[in-house]
Amino acid sequence: MTDFTIHHTPDPQADTSLPDPNQDTFFTTVLGFWMYLMTDCVFFAAFFATYAVLHNNTFGGPSSRELFSLSTAFIETMILLCSSVTCGMAMLAALRGKKNQIIAWLAVTFLLGASFMALELHEFTHLVESGNSWTRSAFLSSFFALVGTHGLHVSIGLLWMFVVTMQVFYWGVTVDTFRRLVVFSLFWHFLDVVWIFIFTFVYLMGVI
Amino acid sequence: MFGKLTLEAFKHEPSQTFAVISMALGGIALIGLIFYLKRWKWLWQEWFTTVDPKRIGIMYIIVALILFSKGFADALMMRMHQALSVGDAHGFLSPGHFQEVFSAHGTTMIFFVGMGMVFGFMNLIIPLQIGARDVAYPFLNALGFWLFASAATLSLVSLAIGRFSATGWLAYPPLSGLEYSPGEGVDYWIWIVQIAGVGTTLSGINFLVTILKMRCPGMKLMTMPIFTWSILCAMVLVIFAFPILTATLCMLTLDRYLGMHFFTVSGGGNLMMYVNLVWAWGHPEVYILILPAFGIFSEVVPTFSEKRLFGYVSMVWALILITFLSFIVWLHHFFTMGASANVNAFFGIMTMLIAIPTGVKIFNWLFTKFRGRVHFDSPMLWFFAFVLNFTIGGMTGILLSAPPVDFQVHNSLFLIAHFHGMVIGGMLFGVFCGFTYWFPKVTGFFLSERLNQYAFWCWFVGFLLAFMPLYMLGFMGATRRLDHYEEATNWNPLFLTVAAGAFIILCGAVIQIYGLFMSIKNRKKNMDLTGDPWNGRTLEWSIPSPPPIYNFAIIPTVDQIDPLWAIKRGQAPKPHYDYEDILLPKNTPMGLYIGILSLIFGFTMTWHIFWLALVSLFGIIGCVIFKLSSPAEHEVITAAEVKEIEAAYLRRSITA
Amino acid sequence: MRLGKKFVRLMLILSGIILLLFLIMQPLTIYKFRDYIAILFPKGIIGVKQLNLLLIIQLLMLLVVIPVYILTFIFSWKYRASNPKGKYDPDLVDNVIAEYIWWGVPCILTLIISVLTWVKTHELDPFKAIASDKKPLTIQAVALQWKWLFIYPEEQIASLNFIQIPKDVPIRFEITADAPMNSLWIPQLGGQIYAMPSMRTELNLIANEFGDFRGSSANLSGEGFAGMHFITRASTEEDYQKWIAAAKQSSNVLNLVTYEQLAAPSQNIAPEIYQLKEQNLFTHIIMKYMHPHEE
Repeated sequence: MTDFTIHHTPDPQADTSLPDPNQDTFFTTVLGFWMYLMTDCVFFAAFFATYAVLHNNTFGGPSSRELFSLSTAFIETMILLCSSVTCGMAMLAALRGKKNQIIAWLAVTFLLGASFMALELHEFTHLVESGNSWTRSAFLSSFFALVGTHGLHVSIGLLWMFVVTMQVFYWGVTVDTFRRLVVFSLFWHFLDVVWIFIFTFVYLMGVI
Repeated sequence: MFGKLTLEAFKHEPSQTFAVISMALGGIALIGLIFYLKRWKWLWQEWFTTVDPKRIGIMYIIVALILFSKGFADALMMRMHQALSVGDAHGFLSPGHFQEVFSAHGTTMIFFVGMGMVFGFMNLIIPLQIGARDVAYPFLNALGFWLFASAATLSLVSLAIGRFSATGWLAYPPLSGLEYSPGEGVDYWIWIVQIAGVGTTLSGINFLVTILKMRCPGMKLMTMPIFTWSILCAMVLVIFAFPILTATLCMLTLDRYLGMHFFTVSGGGNLMMYVNLVWAWGHPEVYILILPAFGIFSEVVPTFSEKRLFGYVSMVWALILITFLSFIVWLHHFFTMGASANVNAFFGIMTMLIAIPTGVKIFNWLFTKFRGRVHFDSPMLWFFAFVLNFTIGGMTGILLSAPPVDFQVHNSLFLIAHFHGMVIGGMLFGVFCGFTYWFPKVTGFFLSERLNQYAFWCWFVGFLLAFMPLYMLGFMGATRRLDHYEEATNWNPLFLTVAAGAFIILCGAVIQIYGLFMSIKNRKKNMDLTGDPWNGRTLEWSIPSPPPIYNFAIIPTVDQIDPLWAIKRGQAPKPHYDYEDILLPKNTPMGLYIGILSLIFGFTMTWHIFWLALVSLFGIIGCVIFKLSSPAEHEVITAAEVKEIEAAYLRRSITA
Repeated sequence: MRLGKKFVRLMLILSGIILLLFLIMQPLTIYKFRDYIAILFPKGIIGVKQLNLLLIIQLLMLLVVIPVYILTFIFSWKYRASNPKGKYDPDLVDNVIAEYIWWGVPCILTLIISVLTWVKTHELDPFKAIASDKKPLTIQAVALQWKWLFIYPEEQIASLNFIQIPKDVPIRFEITADAPMNSLWIPQLGGQIYAMPSMRTELNLIANEFGDFRGSSANLSGEGFAGMHFITRASTEEDYQKWIAAAKQSSNVLNLVTYEQLAAPSQNIAPEIYQLKEQNLFTHIIMKYMHPHEE
């Protein structure tokens, strides 16, 4: 029962009276989740646009050039990229139905994701403690909001990852858990893509 | 422990106290009625936990109707106050309260009446028109509704506890920022709109996937009913526009709760960013409201002209063009904010372009009637009212789209007259049209034609009387949202006229509500036994009224536009009659629970009762995790049961 | 369910009469209130040009709108179900020529209006100075809660909720706010522009007739915003100079300290004149929120 999901090609206009409720669910769910990702894209775009408009409004305070540490941002980028790779490895294991491998790779992904969050929180704490919190200027507000929103998504991703891993642990690779793994991995990769944009437009361009 | 909530929040001005008491009495009466009829279990099983889009659609419309009475009461209060508040007199509302009233009016009408009606019709009709049994994500559908209902409830709560926002329906900063509006009003507004917005986005994804993936065999995109096309386009708008609103509200929330400086006066904030963002959402929003109305007319006019829609392909492209263009016109809402002439002129011209496909639609409807056999039943009356009233508003829209003209009439009552022509003349009349058209299908009995005719006259005349003078008032220099004006302006006679118009509309609305109740009371005598009272052309008329829970016993196969018409003319593939087992998703209370928790979350965030907000947030997360971890459950309707249901229906229609 | 011929006739006649009634009311109302309809009877060249644009666009729109109404009534009557004389052609679902006409004609009309709009938007840009042989008068307008402060920097006076200007002299308003977003609007002279804190907008107007013209704030800015109306008096040069002289003798003084007192929220304030003792007050107000300062 391991490759049912790759070889199974549901007819989008299949007769729904047949007693296989999962017949269509995979592609329908994935399509819907891509649409959700589009909305999340627009959501982030609004924060990016606002950052673009406000990033020079430092209100007499320090600018991105003075505040951002490119090395930290670079490490965060590498961590997240690696986590995307390990997530991909988990997906490959899922395609082969290898439950233990999935859990192992997801555990590594989780650790990487958690380190990313730890680094980011450290960066935020440092900023706040040095008097550069989000209340200081519009630039800092838009920075914290944009990067913070991404961080919030990552945190939700970590929680989601944990739940999905538990499901795989208890139920193995089934129609439902496979579908949920696919949807989760889409989300995780999406977050990585968004981070690339943040790294480029906020950190790189902020320091150059 | 209670955040900012104190007993002060329960004290109100007399006019508001009256509203709160009537609302409380109405609520108690309703609950009492349910107890009396012993219908709690039925309500729970059939309505509160349902995932059937037909039921969800009815619930959307009920909520929209309830909120309509609130929004309309707001409108009446405003016009009565303005008719009286001239010179030394100051009406019966304090300025602050007047400002709360118009803010509530706009918020209620757009988010709960407009969106509620659109989503209600969507749920009721789309699965039927595409020959499907359900939507793509039944639970998500229920969840979307309960978030909508939760936001609506929060808006009713805001009437009773504390004060609502006094910053207009879009809450421009810095007026809506902490410095100028420190109270709970704007926070109420933020959470109401935010929760409703999330529900809308989820439903938008749902119906977009439904239309793309769940059409019956043979129904290609270019043979879909036009109402389905209009919903498809509207959902594309939802997906691209609503996240902007979510983000913008987040930013305003961060300003107000965490002291950020997105839109504050000092700290480097930029209020113009809010205006841009909110209208980048706001303009697609109004098209989300109007496109389904256009879709409804595209169904009704052919049916009541006994002729296919003229220029189907043209109509589809007009919809697509409007959808695309609606994303590049947003600046016309603030030509007066000081952009350069190049920018203003560009957006003005883009706005004019949108008028072209809209005009095309009107001509196509007209020529559907040309050489048809036109019946003026209720739905067609509303179409007639639409053409007469909407066109005026459309024309003044072009006037407004020229920046130099807009400089004079921006934010005046001229603007109010224009957009009410759009939402009442266009959207609301479309809703009435669809309501009278599909009511027999959804409920199984008829509305009173006669009462609807009276309502038509009241609305048609009332609308003209309540809004045409506003154009003149705008020319006389009358700004919107004024709670008082001097005698010397000479505006008072026209304000009195406008108030009279509002009362005529009230008569129309009362007649409609009365008609609805009478129809329900007399339903046994007015049953729709054929399922096809109007000689319909699309699939929803091929099944019984009301439809069985599974919609179609056999999923139809179609091969052209207006498939039922094709069957009637003997041009369609013959259906087969071997019934099979049908699987339908099981009911679930999770949507309701998440809705209730969202209501608590919104309320506690408004009042800064943060510990309880956190608890409800964890509750929501817990419910989501629980629901998404459970296996999908289905109930089976066996082939034998299907056969019995279909046979019973046949017997009933034969004995008619 | 089907309605008879008599109903349709009644409906069409009645709705036609109602529409005509409202149409007739328009010129009647304009005539009755002609002294009060600011936008249709402008008193300055900017307002005149804006009105002309409005009228041209309106006329062009009527070219499309009138046929729509006429066709609606004709088709409703001729093709009603109870009329045996109406030709019934259920398969008439497309006509390329018709489509060309109603896509094409609106396109052409839109093109005309677009070109006109482009030109006029540039010509009537509020930031654009009015061509005149007279030297423009600069008035710095500050929207406060809930009154208008008008500063005359060159004359070194200021006025609250009232301005006096000489006829036929271009006025250059520089506008800001020490309040939420407002909008400076004197409809008899021309269009409005927003007044925003920490920002500076401009509005160029001119009065070509004598008179008192009502101005107001056209954007919701809080509880007292309805009281933000003021009079703009266009007078002779002599009367204008007399008013300036009186202001210079005023016992009220406007400096940074008295300004802060004035800026505190208050409603329905009567007009007041001041000697201006702080030359850079306007700049100071704009810059007020641009730097962090000691609370």
